[in-house]
Order: sequence, then C-alpha cells, then structure tokens
Amino acid sequence: MTPGVALLLEQLLNGVQLGVTLFLLAAGLTLVFGIMGVINLAHGSLYMVGAYAAAVTATATGSPWLALLAGLAAAALVGMVVEFAVLRRLYARDHLDQVLATFGLILFFNEGTVLLFGRQPLFVNVPEGLRGAVRVLPGVDYPVYRLLIIAVGLGVALGLYLLIQKTRIGMLVRAGATHREMVRALGVDIRLLYTLVFGLGALLAGLAGLMAGPILSVQVGMGESILILTFVVVVIGGIGSVRGALFGAVLVGIVDTLLRAYVPGLLRQVMAGSEADALGAGLASMGVYLLMALVLLAKPRGLFPAHA
Amino acid sequence: MRSVMKDERAWAVLLLALAAFVPVVAPMLDSPATVALATRIAIYAIAASSLNLLLGGGGLVSFGHAAYYGLGGYVVGILYAHYVSGEAFLGVIPGSNDLLVTLPLAILVGGLGALVIGALSLRTSGVQFIMITLAFAQMLFFLFVSLKAYGGDDGLAIRRVAPVFGLNLRDPATLYWISLGLLAAWLFLMDRVSRSRFGRVLAGIRQGERRMAAIGVRTYPYKLVAFVIAGMGAAMAGALMVNQARFVSPDMMHWTKSGELMVMVILGGLGTLVGPALGAAALVTLEYTLSGLTEHWQFILGPILVLVVLFARGGLMGAVRRIAGMRGRAPDALPAGELPAGRVQPGDRAAPDLPLREGAAPHG
Repeated sequence: MTPGVALLLEQLLNGVQLGVTLFLLAAGLTLVFGIMGVINLAHGSLYMVGAYAAAVTATATGSPWLALLAGLAAAALVGMVVEFAVLRRLYARDHLDQVLATFGLILFFNEGTVLLFGRQPLFVNVPEGLRGAVRVLPGVDYPVYRLLIIAVGLGVALGLYLLIQKTRIGMLVRAGATHREMVRALGVDIRLLYTLVFGLGALLAGLAGLMAGPILSVQVGMGESILILTFVVVVIGGIGSVRGALFGAVLVGIVDTLLRAYVPGLLRQVMAGSEADALGAGLASMGVYLLMALVLLAKPRGLFPAHA
Repeated sequence: MRSVMKDERAWAVLLLALAAFVPVVAPMLDSPATVALATRIAIYAIAASSLNLLLGGGGLVSFGHAAYYGLGGYVVGILYAHYVSGEAFLGVIPGSNDLLVTLPLAILVGGLGALVIGALSLRTSGVQFIMITLAFAQMLFFLFVSLKAYGGDDGLAIRRVAPVFGLNLRDPATLYWISLGLLAAWLFLMDRVSRSRFGRVLAGIRQGERRMAAIGVRTYPYKLVAFVIAGMGAAMAGALMVNQARFVSPDMMHWTKSGELMVMVILGGLGTLVGPALGAAALVTLEYTLSGLTEHWQFILGPILVLVVLFARGGLMGAVRRIAGMRGRAPDALPAGELPAGRVQPGDRAAPDLPLREGAAPHG
C-alpha cells in the first residue's frame, strides 16, 4: 500500500474516532432537545466533569476500572442534579431563557473546575494493555486505544438503537419526541422519563469525556469546543433523531479530520509555509460550519428530521 | 410627574442626561478608571440594544451577534494597519485612522455581513436559527484567527487615532461623550423603529408569524431588514470599542461574547427601550466588581445568571415597571391561543393557528 493511501486510511479512522466521540455527546443532546425541547449548553460541562473525575481517579488509584466508574458516576450524578435544580424549571420557557441559564451553568462549572484543579491541564496515560498499535491492514498500523473508542461508540449506537426501538422506555421516548402532550395526557410519568433521559445523556457525555482524556489534555474549556461541534452534528442530523446524530457525527468527524489533515498541505503549494498552516487551520475549522450551513439551506430541518 | 415616570422615553432621557456628568464627577471621587468603565458600558449598551431589536423586537434568537460587533472592530483595526503600512487594502481602499471614515465603513460592513448571513439564516427558524447564526459567527471567528496578516490569534493594536473635529479621541472623557452621544442617537432610532409600522409588523411576527403571513404580510423582508439594522448597530459598537481599547482580536467574535450580549438584554429587560442599556451597565459593573473581589468571579456570576433567568422575569426594567406602576407588555402576557415562541414545534402545530376568541370553547 502506498504511503499516501495509508495516510488517508489512518486519517479516515481518526475521523471515525472523532465522530463516535461526537456521537456520544450528540445522542444525549438530541434526545434532550427532541423530548424536553431544551437547549442545554451545559452538556459540554458534563463531558468535562466525566473527563476530570476519571483523570483524578486514575492518578490517585492507578486503576482504569475505578476511573471509568468514577467518570460515569460523576457525570450522571451532576447531570441529574442539574436537571433537578435548574433545567426542570426551564422546560416551559422559551429557547432564549434556556440558552442563558445554561450559559450561566457553563461559567459556574468552568470556574468551579479551576478552583478545584487549577488551570494546568491534566495528562492521562492510556491504560496499560491498551497501548501500542495493531496492523489493521497491510502497511497501516493504528493505536489500539483509538480502535477501542470506535468499538465502544458503535456499541453504544447499537445499544441505543435496541433501547429506543425495542423497549417500552424507548417507545415512550419516541412518543415523547413526536407528541409530548399526548404522552402526558395518557398518564405517563413524564418527569421521571425526563430525568432518566437526561441522566442517560449525561452518562454518555461523561463516557465521551473520560475516553477522550488520554487523547486530548483534560482542561477547563474542553467542553465548549466540542459542544459547538456537537450542536453542528445535532442540527445536521436532525433534532431529536439518534440515527441522524450517528450519521451527522461520523460525517462531521471525517470532514473535520480530513480538512485539518490536507488543507494546509494544499495551501502550502501556493503560499509560504507558516501562513499556509495558519490559514489552512482556519479554513479547516470553518469547514464543518460551512457544511452545516449548506445542509440547513438545502434541508432546514436536518438530514433525518425526527418529526417527519 | 407620575405620568413622566410611566414613560420609558422620559427614563431614557433622564438616564442619558445623568450619564453625561460622569467625567465631571469621576475626578471628584478620585476614580479616574470610572470614565473608561462608563465608556465600555455605553458601547455595550449600543450592542445590546441592537441585539434587542432581534430578540425583543422580532423574537429572532440570534446567537451570533458578536460576529457583527467583531466585524466593526476589524474594519477599524485593518484600516489602521493599512494606514501604518501605507499599502491600500486589496490594492484599492487606502488605510485610515480617522473615525469619520472608519466608523461609517464599519457600520456599512456590519450591515453587509448581516445582510448575507441574515438572508441565509432566516430561511430557518427555532433551534436551527439559533444554531446557524452561531455557526456563521464561528466561521468568521476562525477566519480572523487564521488571518496572520492581521495578527491572527494575537489581534491588532491601534496606536494613533486622528482627531475628530479637533477633538482628541485619546482623551477618555471625549471618547466617552462621543460614545454616549451615539448611544443616545441609537436609542432614539430604536424608539422610532419600535413605534413605526415596521416595528409593529416585527412585533406581530414575534407574537405569531403565521398569523402575520395569514393577514398578507411577507415576513421575510421585515426580518431581514431588522437583522441588517441590528448588525449595523453592533458594528458601530465594535468600532467604538476598538477605539476605546486600542486593540482588536478575534475574541470580540467569540461565541461567549454573543452570550454576554444576550445576557445584557435579558438582565435589563427584553423588548424594552432602556433595558438593554441597564443590562449592559449591570453586567459590566458586576464583572468589574466581582473581578476586583476574586479571580474566580465567574463562579459567582454564573449562578447569578441562572437565578436571574429563573426568578427575575422581565429583568431590571420589569422591576422598575412594577415599582413605578408603568403600563406595558408583561413578559408572560401572550394573546389567547398563543404558545410561547420557543415551545411551538412543528409537531405541535395541529392546533388551529388562528386566535380563539376569549371564552369560546375550542370545539363549541
């Protein structure tokens, strides 16, 4: 296999890995959007909480299993508390109030994290046994840990599909996303359903955060950069649609990764190196937003609208 | 006197007149930083008031207002950079450090930016509108981060500003009075707009767009014009802010800046004339005070925002109204049969869209 093709394949896998991370966040966000009608900007904070809890636990105990448990539990717990204390009061409000209140929550969580752990990023090692790379194709080696992230993400996607399509809770979730008032009128305890859905979303956000820890540095503000990408995913996929979230996440992950990998190189052929790198990074960052704008202009309700 | 108290315009004039004395009073109190702080408040008041035209006027939740604010700032910064280097921008437009040139150009560019972004974004509505305006603002943010020629991440510094009508803009009091004068002019414009036919149609769109369409109004051009006016106001504020801070960077376009502007509008009072200015004053003062107390002031500001949204409906102007017994639209008051804008989703639209007469049974 030529080096060019091998590089492309590696970047594609990186794109899928970013995509499944985005999916874990987007699935929770899109369900909360679709069912409760709430825009939760603080979803990225739950990702950060999961990452920090796991990183601190891993450093203190050295056990990846305890770190996993701590990350999931912290994110789910914080998520449920936030739902109970703040978001529950916002379901009947308009989007503007939701955006502002959750914007306030972001400030609180970010600064709270600085108070607890300082501004220095934490670095987490890949758990032993998951280090190293495997040969996925002749000439293409790929880190085991990233492959594991892809596998976990796809596993969660399958699990969510089964949960939503085959179980009673899933039926209520689907019904709630299309006819909220009718579900309530039929006597379903909608409050409990809301808290469960929110807790599940928080858990998945925490899972994304703790898995991203060893790849990225764990730091304050990590939630926002990925949150905005997640919104792009949700809007491209269609609000309330988990299938759309998966499709949108992988699409955004691959487009973003490939643009970052190739645009600076292409620009370097027409301009000076450092300027090409800067402009290329900027254009690559703009790419996904351009993609979202194009999708919305063609299909204003996303690729897989839940209410279709 | 009582009737004066009830008129929001009288409040605006009174507050602006009082604000004009800040540079006179500040030296007496031995707090020279006050003038700079007051200038920032006046500038943010213009930006917040322009956003209020969208949020409170037309019910259009734009989450990318910092884009036009930053565009206005960059017009001043880029023209200054070309003024220093002597090369014309794109080989055509000569650089300038004259506010009489840069400010109108900033307003023009802000309006053009809003025209393009608005024309595309207004094809969507609801959550999608919030997100697409955010996406466009992010695109501009990353564009300016990547423009190494204009400082990239680090931004541009502005060292010398030409005098305007012989007034030295580096004198804090002069810049303050210019900013305050422009704020007064902007508020006058906003008052005229909200009382015009255009303003009434916009309010109608906020309350029920399909109803406006049903009575034969093409809503899209109205929303687009509002978007352009708001973009021009934000760009004017951005241009002034760059003159005040003598610095422009992509941070002016960061999405948290859009959030801050929204906070000012809500804090002061959505859809009111004076509210956004009060909100700007409250947020800037709060940030200043809290950051003097602790480095971690956002830890306190965040919960305050949550509490304001949850419990202080109508913001500061709502409180003023309740105290002064002013008439006016209560934030919750919606016509019969109307759902709050954010909650209306396509799926919910099975209900008849036309207003039911009060007291009439839905299926009677």
